[in-house]
Formats: sequence, C-alpha cells, structure tokens
Amino acid sequence: MTERKNPAQKEFNKTLVQKTMALFSSKQPHPIKIKLSNVHKSFGKKVVLDGLDLDIRKGESLVIIGGSGTGKSVTLKSILGLLTPEEGSITVDGVEVVNASTKVHEQVNAQIGMLFQGAALFDSMTVWENVAFGLIQGHKMKKKEAKKIALEKMAQVGLTADVGDLYPADLSGGMKKRVGLARAIATHPEIIFFDEPTTGLDPIMSDVINDLIVDSVKKLGATAVTITHDMTSARKIADRIAMLYKGKIIWIGTVKEIEKTKNPYVVQFINGSAQGPIQMAVKADD
Amino acid sequence: MEFISLLGRVFIHFLRASGQLGIFTVKAIYNCFTPPFYFKKIAEQLIEIGFYSLPVVALTTFFAGAVIALQTYTGFARFSAEGAVAMVVLIAVTRELAPVMAGLMVAGRIGAAMAAELGTMRVTEQIDALSTLSTNPFKYLISPRILAGIVMMPVLVLIGDVIGICGGYIIGVYKLDFNASSYLVNTWNFMEPMDVISGLVKASVFGFIITLLGCYNGYNSKGGAQGVGSATTNAVVSASILILIFNYILTEIFFNS
Repeated sequence: MTERKNPAQKEFNKTLVQKTMALFSSKQPHPIKIKLSNVHKSFGKKVVLDGLDLDIRKGESLVIIGGSGTGKSVTLKSILGLLTPEEGSITVDGVEVVNASTKVHEQVNAQIGMLFQGAALFDSMTVWENVAFGLIQGHKMKKKEAKKIALEKMAQVGLTADVGDLYPADLSGGMKKRVGLARAIATHPEIIFFDEPTTGLDPIMSDVINDLIVDSVKKLGATAVTITHDMTSARKIADRIAMLYKGKIIWIGTVKEIEKTKNPYVVQFINGSAQGPIQMAVKADD
Repeated sequence: MEFISLLGRVFIHFLRASGQLGIFTVKAIYNCFTPPFYFKKIAEQLIEIGFYSLPVVALTTFFAGAVIALQTYTGFARFSAEGAVAMVVLIAVTRELAPVMAGLMVAGRIGAAMAAELGTMRVTEQIDALSTLSTNPFKYLISPRILAGIVMMPVLVLIGDVIGICGGYIIGVYKLDFNASSYLVNTWNFMEPMDVISGLVKASVFGFIITLLGCYNGYNSKGGAQGVGSATTNAVVSASILILIFNYILTEIFFNS
C-alpha cells in the first residue's frame, strides 16, 4: 500500500533535495577568477615568462613560490597591466587584460588591492591619507568618511589612530607593511596581491603579518595571490602553492601535497638546499 | 665593419628613444585635456613652479638686464649710439634673455625636482601603487605638472621682463647717467607688442619642454639611487639643449618670416 505524502513531508523532501544539490555544487571546483594562458614576457634577450599557464580560483589563497628572477613579480605586474606580455592571454573574471585599453585596466584594477614589497606608501601623504587614497580618488568618497574607514582599517591591522597623522618616513618596516595592508584592503577588493609580504621583517613580525593577511582575506572573502620565497609564510597563508621556475609553473598543489611531493625542484626549494636541479642565477631581474 | 655596426646601434637607440618620448608626449597631452582633472594637484604645481621659482628668475633677469645695459653702452659708445641702450635692453630682455634665462633656471630647479621626485616614486613602486588604487598616474602626476609649466612660465617671464628692464634702467640711470624719464619714455616708445608676445609664447613652449622632460625622465627611471640620479641629470641637460634649439626655431618663425 502506498502511503500518501502529506504537504509537510513534500516540503521536507524538497528542502532535502535543494540542500543535497547545494552540497553537490559546493564540491564542484570554484569558478576561475584569474586565468593566465601561455604568457610570454622577455626583457631584451632575457626570457622571464616562458609560456606560463595558471588558473586562480575564486576565493582561494594561492601562493606562488620561486627563486629570484623566476618571474613572480612580472606575473603580478602583467595581471595589473603594468607590464604587457608579448604573447598569451590573461583574463580577470573573463575580461582580457593583455593589450587592453587604459579604461579596461582601470576597471579591472579597481577590484584589485595590492601590498607591495616595500609597501610603496606615498611619502608626501600622511598614513591615514595613504590608507584612504583609493576611497577618495577611486571611489570619490568624502574626505571625512574616508578617514573614518581608513582608521577602522588601520585598527584592523593593529595600528592606533595616532599613527594616522605620521608620515611613512616615521614608520618601521613592519608598520609600513601594516599600513600597506590596510591600504590594500580599504576598498574591499575582490582580489588581493601580496608581493613578498614578509621580506625584510623579523620572524615575529613576519608571523604577525601572515596572521593579518589570513584574517583580512577571510574577512573579505577575497581571492588572494601571494608571491614569496618564505616557506613558513607560504604554509600559513596558502590554500594552494604553485612553484614558478624558469618562467613556467612546474608544480601546483595544496599545502599538504607539497610536504609529500617528490618533485626535485620543489624539494630543493622548500628545504633551501644549494644542491639540486635549481641553479641560482647570479643576476636577479625579478 | 665594427664602426658601421656601432653607428647602427646608436641610430637604433636614438630612434627607440625618440619613439618612446613621442608616445609619452602624445599620452601626456591627451591626458591633459581629458577628465578627471586633479585641480588640487594642478594648484600645488602652479605654486611650486610659479611662486617658488620667482626669486631665481627675478635675480637672473635683473642681472641679465643690467649687464646688457652695460655692454650695449660700452659697445655702442664706439659709434656714438649710446641712446639706443633703452631699446636694446628692451628687445634683448623681452625677446631673448627673460625667456631663455628663466627657461634654463626653471629647468635646473623644477625639471630636476620633477625627475627626482617621479624617479623615486618609480623605483619605490609608488607609481605602480597609484595604478592599483584606481588612479591613472598620467593624470595624477604628469598632466598637472605639464599644465602648470605651460601656464606659469609665461607669468614668470612677464615678471622677468619687468625686472630685467628695471635692471637696465638702474644701470642706465645710476651708473651711466641717462636721464631717468627719457630712458623710460624711450623704453615705452620702442616697445612693440610682438616683442613681449614672442617671449611669452617661447616661455610657454619652454615650460612644456621642461616639465615634459622632467616627467619623462623621472617616470622612466630604472634601478635605484643611481637611476634617479641619471634621470635628474638627463632631465636638466636635455631640457636645456631643447630650450636653446627651440629658442632658435621660434625666433626664426616669429621674426624671420
């Protein structure tokens, strides 16, 4: 005898199906946020990117590791349109940025925040003006409102309001990085680039910056791309790690996978050994 | 054979540099006239170029006018034409000395400062940072400087004209014993609008050259402190040379056609 289903049961089943579907779709790979295909970039005779292919998924934190001169910074600068590759394609949310117009670059870059290696703070402006710069210039926000948000973001990275009136020249390396981070996240970007965030910092400050990065990226739900040669930092920040060598991605995987990999290049790099297949170039152009 | 290849390399290098400067110039001009305009930045540069260069330009043009009065007097005395001093001072100052002297002094002061500032911003990645903060570096850094250069140089030269003529007047009246009122009347009577206008047009062109080359060299500087240093030197040297070349070309256009 078939039992007649009551409406409540029907509703329950419907919800169950929806939930299962949602669960199923969450198992699907995230959509691609940034796609680099066959990217070539040379400076004179020196080939820096030699057919680079890389997919960066939406919402993930990808760390690109590699020695100096392997093209890490060039990769980020190519995505930002600061450098133009000779060949290949780079898309951000499906929008092609190679050889794109200034307007397209401006639109794409509006959703990208970047923490530069040396923080790249504007030395003619105070700290809060630096943090509020993107809000005032890019988002046309009123100065007063932008200052309020800037101070909030500074608090988020552990800087008090009185630091806001100082100039970048008055700050230590670690504080500059924090200000740079606050500036990068101030406009709520969908993508954040970190260019060697811990270089030049002591181990404790490095860990503080790593924590701040993890925290900020999580809070924003942003897609993060970090380039570094600091493995401690990479392990802490990354969902996935990609290794760049001679202008190509030679290995990509999760933090767990990198510990088990037998790839001799990756093994040499993460162990910091002078012996192995990687021969360091004496002249670094990275 | 080696000589020919060297010649070829130099020629290719020259072509490449000219092409780069040409593209930079077109981009700079385009961005000067398309929004957004950063009025605060333009005002800052107007003050920096106009107001702060005033003492240097005033001193230079004063002594230039004074020395012309002295030289003309001693030179013209040989054929009893001392009376032409006022006219020669007027023409020399307004047509040549004020624009060229002011141009060279501002090239040293402003061109160098611009190249050093933009060069430092380039090597510390501040210019790249601007691009990631939804700001076009051309509109934010370069256009305000070029606009201010084009506008303020004629103002500086106009003031320089007056001060230079004053320099000639002081030497003429107090050292060479000319009659004060007749010196002034002579100056006024001999003055032709074209003398002053040509000087002001030259000034505007020089303002463009100084700021363009200051920005170009700074914007494209490479390396560290050394790169910024050579950008600064190149900015001043190239602007000075171009000022003298364009001075000739403009004089040819104004007075020889």
